[in-house]
Formats: sequence, C-alpha cells, structure tokens
Amino acid sequence: MQRLTAPDSAAVGDNPTADAHYAHPRARKGFFTDTSICIGCKACEVACKEWNRNPVDSNYELSNSSFDNSEGLGADTWRHVAFIEQDRSRIEAARESGRALVSLGMPQIRNADVPTTAGEAITTAITGAAPGPLSAAAVPPASGLPPAPELGDLDVLSSLGGGPTRPEDARAVDTTPPDTPEFRWLMSSDVCKHCTNAGCLDVCPTGALFRTEHGTVVVQDDVCNGCGTCVAGCPFGVIERRKDGIAQPKTERSAAPVTPTRPGTPEPARNVGVAQKCTLCYDRLVDDQTPACAQACPTTSIKFGEREDLVDAARERVARLHAEGRTEARLYGANPQDGVGGTGSVFLLLDEPEVYGLPPDPRVPTADLPRMYARAGIAMASMAAASALAFMLGGRK
Amino acid sequence: MANADCIVIQGSNMAEAHPVGFQWVTEAKTRGAKVFHVDPRFSRTSAVADKHVPIRAGSDIVLLGALINYVLTHEKWFKEYVVAYTNAATIVNEDFRDAEDLDGMFSGYDEQTGGYDMESWAYEPEPGTGDAAAGVGDEPAQEDGAEASTEAAGHQYGSGGPDVETHRPRRDETLQHPRTVFQILKRHYARYTPEMVRDACGISVADFEELARTITENSGRERTTCFAYAVGWTQHTVGAQYIRTATILQLLLGNMGRPGGGVMALRGHASIQGCTDIPTLFNLLPGYLPMPTVEKQDLGTYLESIASKKQKGYWAEADAYTVSLLKAWWGDAAHADNDYAYDYIPRLTGPHGTYQTVEGMIAGDVEGYFLLGQNPAVGSANGRMQRMGMSHLKWLVVRDFQLIESATWWKDGPEIATGELRTEDIETEVFFFPAANHVEKAGTFTQTQRLLQWRHQAVAPPGDAQSELQFFHELGKRIRARLADSTDPRDRPLLDLTWDYPEDEHGEPDGEAILQEINGHHLTGPDAGKLLSSYTEMKADGSTAGGCWIYTGVFADGINHAADRTPGGGDGPQTEEWGWAWPANRRILYNRASADPQGRPWSERKKLVWWDEEQGRWVGNDVPDFPVDRAPGSTPDPSLGGAAALAGDDPFIMQADGKGWLFAPKGMVDGPLPTHYEAQESPVRNPLYRQQHNPTRVTLPRKDNLSAPEPGAPGSDVYPFVFTTYRLTEHHTAGGMSRWLPYLSELQPEMFCEVSPELAAERGLEPYGWATLVSPRAAIEAKVLVTERMRPLRVGGQTVHQIGLPYHWGVGNDAVVTGDSANDLLGITLDPNVLIQGSKVGAVDIRPGRRPQGAQLLRLVEDYQRRAGLTEETGNEGVTGSHDEAGAKQATDRSERLDRGTGGEEE
Repeated sequence: MQRLTAPDSAAVGDNPTADAHYAHPRARKGFFTDTSICIGCKACEVACKEWNRNPVDSNYELSNSSFDNSEGLGADTWRHVAFIEQDRSRIEAARESGRALVSLGMPQIRNADVPTTAGEAITTAITGAAPGPLSAAAVPPASGLPPAPELGDLDVLSSLGGGPTRPEDARAVDTTPPDTPEFRWLMSSDVCKHCTNAGCLDVCPTGALFRTEHGTVVVQDDVCNGCGTCVAGCPFGVIERRKDGIAQPKTERSAAPVTPTRPGTPEPARNVGVAQKCTLCYDRLVDDQTPACAQACPTTSIKFGEREDLVDAARERVARLHAEGRTEARLYGANPQDGVGGTGSVFLLLDEPEVYGLPPDPRVPTADLPRMYARAGIAMASMAAASALAFMLGGRK
Repeated sequence: MANADCIVIQGSNMAEAHPVGFQWVTEAKTRGAKVFHVDPRFSRTSAVADKHVPIRAGSDIVLLGALINYVLTHEKWFKEYVVAYTNAATIVNEDFRDAEDLDGMFSGYDEQTGGYDMESWAYEPEPGTGDAAAGVGDEPAQEDGAEASTEAAGHQYGSGGPDVETHRPRRDETLQHPRTVFQILKRHYARYTPEMVRDACGISVADFEELARTITENSGRERTTCFAYAVGWTQHTVGAQYIRTATILQLLLGNMGRPGGGVMALRGHASIQGCTDIPTLFNLLPGYLPMPTVEKQDLGTYLESIASKKQKGYWAEADAYTVSLLKAWWGDAAHADNDYAYDYIPRLTGPHGTYQTVEGMIAGDVEGYFLLGQNPAVGSANGRMQRMGMSHLKWLVVRDFQLIESATWWKDGPEIATGELRTEDIETEVFFFPAANHVEKAGTFTQTQRLLQWRHQAVAPPGDAQSELQFFHELGKRIRARLADSTDPRDRPLLDLTWDYPEDEHGEPDGEAILQEINGHHLTGPDAGKLLSSYTEMKADGSTAGGCWIYTGVFADGINHAADRTPGGGDGPQTEEWGWAWPANRRILYNRASADPQGRPWSERKKLVWWDEEQGRWVGNDVPDFPVDRAPGSTPDPSLGGAAALAGDDPFIMQADGKGWLFAPKGMVDGPLPTHYEAQESPVRNPLYRQQHNPTRVTLPRKDNLSAPEPGAPGSDVYPFVFTTYRLTEHHTAGGMSRWLPYLSELQPEMFCEVSPELAAERGLEPYGWATLVSPRAAIEAKVLVTERMRPLRVGGQTVHQIGLPYHWGVGNDAVVTGDSANDLLGITLDPNVLIQGSKVGAVDIRPGRRPQGAQLLRLVEDYQRRAGLTEETGNEGVTGSHDEAGAKQATDRSERLDRGTGGEEE
C-alpha cells in the first residue's frame, strides 16, 4: 500500500526510500545531467533504447525542430535530447535571469541581519518560481532564519575576490564575459525525474508503480493494468502508455532461433498498453551497474551516483560557471521545497526551464489532497449540517 | 589533449564526428582550457567551444599563414626551441624562388608534366664538406617532379621524411642570412595579414586577433596549445599543405613533442589509423615503407630510394624493416640470394588510387573489384562515376553487414531511375558476403592516438557471416590449392607465402598469432623463435622477421599488450597500461622536444621526459623518443648515418636532419611552403596570387566529371553557391552501419541541407520544405533546415553563401532510411601529394521544390551545364592564364552551344 506523502513534508527529506519502509534502504540514486557539457550526440537515447529494448518512435521524417527528431519523452523514448537555437538577446536574458536568482540568495549567506522580508521574498522566488540555482541550500528554514554558514561553498561571488554582500552590489559586478556569443545551440538530455514526491506513484491504483530501495520510481510491467491514471499524475508529462512499434532492426543479426515472422516484418512490441518510463535502469542497479545512458555518455554530461553527492557536485559546477561569468547556469530539481520535493534527476540548465520544455513550477497533484480533503470535509459537514438544519426546520413545520 | 591550455579545432567537427575522443576536450575545458572552433558551420562542436569562428570553406591556409605571420611579427615564437629544434637556421640554396617571387608558383615547375622539380628547394651544403657531390642529381628517377606527382610520392614517405641528400647543411644560428629558412618563411607569409584574413576567409580582424592572442598566450615554456583536424583539412586539392601550415605554426610556438601540444589528426572509425599503418593504400607497404615501382628493380635501388644510409634518424634502418617484412611474408623462400624475395612484390606502373581505378573500370581495364566495408556508390566523390564504373566490371564482391547501395545499384540505383542503365544490360556479377561485425570477431583497432586496443569476441557471427581474417585466409588457401601443381614462376609469390595460421573449430584464424607475426621474432641465433621487443632489434641480414616494424613490441615478452587494460591506464601520467601505442608504447611522439637543449624540462608544468645526469639516460613520464643514452650535448659525426648520427638536440628523429621542418626541401610535391590556392570550384579569385589553383593538383578532365567555370568567367553565376559536405553523429559515413538500424535512423531520418535565413529568403526556400541542388555533375533533393548556424560571409566585397550537406544517405530500397547522396554532387579533383579528393568545397545552385524524376533529371543537369558553357577543360587549367588561347576557343565553343541550346533552356 502506497502512502500519500505531503509535498512539504521535510521529514521525508531527500531520501524517500525511508518512507517506503525498506528493511535495508540504500542511498538514494539519481542523475545529474550537466547540459553545459552536452554535445548532443544522443548516445544516451540509443543506449537507453538498446538496453531497454524500447520500440522505435518515429515515422522517419524530420520533426521540424533543429536536430531533434525524437521530440520528447514518452513510452518509447526515455531519454530525449532537446536542441534549442538562440540568438544573443536570449543569451543575455538568460544570463540576467540566472544572475538574479543568485543575487537574491547572496545576502543571507554573508549577513545574518538580513531583513525578514527579503527572506520571504527568497522563499517565494525559490518555491514559487523556477527551482533556481543553489536553491536547495539557499532556502531558509521555515522560521525565516538565514541558513547556516556551512553554505559558504555556495558563495559564488566571493570566489571573484572581495565579492559584494548586498544584492544591489551583486548586480553591479559585471560578470558577463567580453565575448557573449551572437548565437548558441543548447542541448539537453531529459529523463524521468524520479521525484521525491512522485505524482505517478501517488495516484497509481494498482501498486504497479513502486519506490525502489534506491529511491527511484519504477513501473512493474506485469502489474500495471494500463489505466493511465499516472499519465495525468506526472507534472512533467514523462510517463505514457505504450502504443506499438518495432524494436527489431530490419535485418535481424542475432544468432537466436529464427522467428516465424518474415524478415523485415516488425516484431510486436513488448508491454503494449502498459505505462512505460525510465526505470533508472533498475535491472542494472541491482547488479551495481551504471545506467545505460550514463555509461554511454562520452563527455560525462550525464552523471550517475548517490543523489546527495550529485547535488553537491552540481552546486559546485554552478558556482564555477557563475565565477566564469556564465550566470545563465542554474539548477533544476535540487530544491527539496519545490512542488515535487526535489527530483532524483537533477539538471544544470543554461536558461529558464520552459526553454527546455520543462515546467517552471512542477507540482505533484496530490499536494492538494489535504486541502481538497479538508474542503470536501467542510463541504460534507456543511451539507450534513444543512440537511440536519433542513430536517430540523422541516420538523417544525 | 586533456593537458592542453588552448585547443583549436579546425577542419573537424570533433564533437559530432569523434564524440568519444571529445571527452578529452571536455576534460581540458574543465581544467580551464580555451576551445576555439573554426568552421564554416556552427555545429555541435561550436556549441560547446568557447568561441566559434566562421570561415569560408577552403581558405584555411590564409588564416593559418596569418597566424604564422602574427607569431613572427609580434616576436611570439619560442626562440630557443625554434633555433635548436627546427630547420629555421638552415640555409636554402640560391636557386630557390618563392611563391612570393613568382606570383603563386615555386621554382622548378614543369608545365609539361604539371609537377615540380624539387632540386632548387634543397638545402645549401656546408662549404668544404664534400657533401655537394652526394647531392642532387644522384637519383634522377626520384628527382623527377613528374614521377612524384603521378605517384603520390609525398605520401610514400609516411611518418618519416625523404632524404635531404645534403647531410651537412649550412646553418646560420642568428637566423639573419636572407636565405635561412626563417627569413624565407617571414617573407613568404608577410602578406598573410589580418586584413587578408578578413577579405579571404570572412573572419573579422577582432576575431582573428582574439584567436591569435589566445594561441600565443597559451604557448611557450609554461603552456601549450594543440590543434585538432580531420578531413575538413585533408579533403582539399591542397589538403596536405593545410596540415603542413599548422605544423609550421606549432613548431614556431614550440608546441610539438610536448604534453598538450601537437597537431592532432582525428582519424576515422574505428581503425583508419590501422589501415594506413598496415595499409590498404596502393602506394604503401606496412610501416609506411613505399610500394616498389617498376623503376626500382632490385632491393638495393629500392632501399636507397627510401633513405640513404648516411642520413640521420631511424629511416636509415629501412633495410632492416624491409628485409624483416619480406621474411615475415615469405619465410625461408626469402633469402640473401634472391634479394629476400623482393621480386615477389608487384610493382607500381603508375597511380592506382581509388579514382584512377574507377576511371579504369569505365575504360574497361579493371575486371573485378573487392569492396570491404566500403560503400562507394554513396560514400565516394562523384557517385555516378562510381556506379557507372561498377557497371563495367565482370565481377564485384561486396562484403558488408547489409545490402548496401554498392551491392544494389544494379536494380534500384539512381541510374536505373534515369534510364542510363538497364538491369538486363548490366553484365556485372555481384557477390554479396555477409561480414562479421566488431563484436563478432577478435582483433585490434588502432585508433587516432596510434593506440592498438584488442577486442575480444563477444558473440559468434550469425549465419554465413565471417570475419575478414577468415575470408582472406580461406580465399588464400583455396587459391593456393588451385595453384599447387603450378610450375609457372608467377605463382611462386602465392605458393611461397607463409599461410599457416592456426584456426579454431569454426575455421577462424587466431588473431593473436597474426599479431605475433606482425610483432616479429628472431629467426636465428640464441634467441631464435623469441618475439622481438623493439624494432631496433630488427636486422637486415634475414635473422629477424616482422610484419610491420612500427608495431614491433606489441607482443614483447609474449604478452599481447594491445589487450592491456589496467583500469584508468595504471598509475603513470601517460596511462601507459591501457592498450599499446606504436612505436614502443610511446604516447607522445618526438618527446625529446619536451626538454630544452640541455635536457631539462622547459617547465615543471609541462615536463615529460628529461636527461638524468646520474643515470646517464633519458627518463620521465613517457617512453623517451630518442636514443636513450644520447646525452643532450653530444655531437656525433653526422656521416655515421642513422640513429648514431643524431645529435643531442635533434629531437625529430625520423627526419633526415633531425630537425622539425618549417621548410620542406623535399617530400611535398606542391611546394616547400604551404601557399594559399583556391579550391577547384571557388566563388572568388585568389586574393594573394595570380595563380588561382594548386598548379600540381590532379585533375580528371572528363565529360562525367565537369567543373564549374572560374570565378568571374562567363557562366560562373550558374552555380553561385558553395556547398560543403560533412557527417552527423547519428550516422556512420555512407550509412552501411546506421541507415539499416532503426534506432539510429529515427534520430536523423532524412537527407537535408543547411542554409542561412538570408539564402532561404533569396531563393524562396521553405523551412523543412524541399530543395533541389544542382552541381556541374548532378542534381539531388534534400529537406531544408533554415538556421542561423549557417552564416553568409562577406569575402572580398562579395557575399558568399555556404550550404551544408551531410553525405550519409543513398538511393536504394533496402535501408530503413534512404535519400539522395551529397557525394553525387562532388567532382573528382585530387590533392597531388596523397590523391585525396577535394570534397569540402563545391559549386552549386539551390532552388525550391523537389527534383525532376527519370530522364527529366538528366535534362536539368544538362541545361545547367549548357548555361554555364562547361567543357572538359573548364576549371582544369594548371597554371592560371596558360590556357588563354585554349580559353578563347572554349568561349567560342560555348557560344555555339548556347546558340543551339536556347530552346532547351530550363524555364
């Protein structure tokens, strides 16, 4: 039986495995996808399909979207590389928005006497807007007190030498390199987020979706009845029911027994009608293997490991890019206070999440359940009261 | 590359075409290196570089020459390194005339042969050494420019270099003598200025200066810059000289033989390096020994032509390498009395490159053709000529994974569609043999760093699929069985071959046994039967055998070092326990240059090997590429010859003078210094010289290989745009390994062209709609990607539009995805040194809509040809202006044809 988790339940923390009551929970595993070093080779897409034997997802026509011909995540495509062409004005805007996110976070690190209002503003900025860079740690506790000084490693501007301490000063520092390019081509490999508070898992009525001992979220193909509730439950639009397709190459090279079908005839796809998504290569993790996409990535843009370490590495990377003047860098999914309680797959983005087709403010639908139950309760109580009142009033007549 | 402080990727789309190797660029960048990408297109490589510099395709020598000029005029060259380790101080003889003096030509050009006599490029001998007597004129056959240009003589020297004959050249260490290489170099590149770069390459002065500043700031004692190139540099009619230009620049900056330096040749997948080491090239034997020609009738003459015993360096031991090779091939049948069976090797009678072979097929001179992992119907320039050539064969063998277009052109090729060929008329018998892929057989790959890596067999090949080893071993056995009773001496080479490799139960020969044969072993003496551990153990007296001298040591001590796989390469800084790098597991060549003339590292940060006074030997983090006990200050008598003659400061141990060559007195058939020439089909005049093209380029003037008119000539506006061809990550070359795979095909399903928004507006091209591209040879169709990644360039007052074309698709019915082939548009004009085609610059027109089908397609191409007035001579002039008379006649012919042809004009 799955337990519904409230999104703001800090007790769950970063490792939802504890919540799943494993006798021996492991450290939470995840991905850190650093899009700043992605070369768009799509090796992750191919390695994923090969390992998971996913069907082809194409009519073999250009999809009218730069070099992106797989278009998005779905039942058959569990890694997807986006290609975004941008001009200079967009790059400058991205630098500005990234810098603003950091500048907001700066005062509380250096100054303990930061006004409460600023603290509130930060909370709003981080939880309400994009899960910004450094957000996971920069967010003050509910009390509004500034975070502890051990967050000094996030002090981006201090590494620039005598960095300013006030937001207005921070903005005054020109970290824009002299060579802001005229043009850039963003590439980013998207994947299932393996949320701390996973919408798909919360709404699954059959228990086909489960939280693994690694903290990931996996579909059991033989349990899923294809009801599709999870499809609506995912705030990222990741999970999908499989239609059909072919998984076999046109010329079968395997030495396995010849299939009765004619050569060139598409093989029936596995798991048709069943909800499908990235498993974070659960079948590889049980053998201590790296997931196929991370294994195939030639530039280590996709890093696999314990989520805690990955988030640390991600923060360091953002700080370094900011120090180089590349203030467009920010993290996505590292903030435990966001609408899904943070994600197992963390991303370093170079622009607003929307640019990559990611929701700026993902929110697990069950987050509203307590409120909905409360309101439903009030409504029921009101109805009951009204009925009772009606009877009472009617009784008098 | 991971050690570089600055990386310039030029002539390569490294992130897309070499994504795995690109990890080292990523690592260098993480360590703070600056990465430049100089390329006509903004590609995935540009996206992750610090800066992309768009350049007009085919103008790289101007940019590199200007960088050389910048380094010289701004005094940024590494003085100690240049004086000690290069031939900067060497004096060239007084007959030499530079391209600056002769408006784009060097002295020694012979109009009859279209080649150079290199005599006037030679070093001046030290007076009184008596060396002059041994100089020019001794070897007339080799001196002949004509022979050189027709036989791709440049490539024959491979990793070594030709003999310079002058073994004690005159030097001026002050570099002031006007005929020193240094002064010649200065004068040669004086007009390669930032403004010239702007006007010729379309690169702004600011961008040029940023590039020049970054490179020079990241070179010297403490820092190193490296260049990486691929076929974007080689596939030009002056391609070999592109690399030479980069070499000169890197020598001046002291970036050769040092960590993070060098000029990185990014070789293809997965063993292109291997197939030049143990070559599939017509003019080389294993280990870059030249293929004998008919002129070299005995072993002595042959060996003399490789290297003189009197020259410095390891090529002087070519006799040991050659005799060991012959012993490996013919065993006991090779002995001193028969020149070690030297006569068993066939002799070259002329150039037999792939394109000459195709010409031979069309002419009916070639009867049979083996295609092994090659798909020329799609992957080679002028695809129509390739397919028409194959249609004249008697038999064709295709060994591949799939029924590639080169195996199916006879039933569904483009010429069937146009009606030029009819299946029932084709007499070629096509045999298809399924091939085992790389996980289905064991063996080695030699990758771009010269690293041999052993791969183990993972699964058995399916069905009838076989490895190449098994196929050829079996073929050899069957041929030998047929000839077993032959008494014809011409069959002796086959019958005497050592052809006895052990096989497993499936008939697969043991790859390790073959690698051992390549490694070589002692035949006689106390060590008889023992494997060689180094090529220095090879002897010219028949007491050793070895199939490829540079690979000797891969099986040292009976261990297959190609299979060494210590995780991370072991504890050493050069990761030497992963695979085995030829030669001698040395990771950086010429690494003696990483230390100063006294043998001390140039800097702590960039140390690699150094002289240990106490031990009296070279030590360090790599296998020293130098006689290990030769002290830095030693000056042996140069007349000793060979390695013994190398002085303590001669780091370039394969060169005949031990120095890095800024100026090539021999070996390059198109000039001792790289000079900018325009491509065969350039839209602009050469801004530097009257001479438009490389005068020694190899042209194929044929009706089926027409070229566009010269810029400005009548008809030059018919093909107004430049196209350049390239690869995508998602596909593998001509598609045999990717277009049959759904997972790869879906990622790049359709042939497309990349055009700028400006060109799309000018020609009315719809994004993701269709366009037809017409070159002087063919017309193809492609989907249109309109992108700001393509940028029109202002060059010399005119706008040059460049169109990008991936070349992976081909016409057929068998692949998952098919499409027109970009290579059909290309013509065949070759670099004279290595006979590679110029495939990075071509002339084309683009128009919206799909191309006509059937015979209508031929008519479209012909209409364009008529409008442009093309003849076989068009664009094929050797020396610019020499065909003026012929040109006038050509113009008359053209107008006549135009008169006749107006009725058929398109639209």
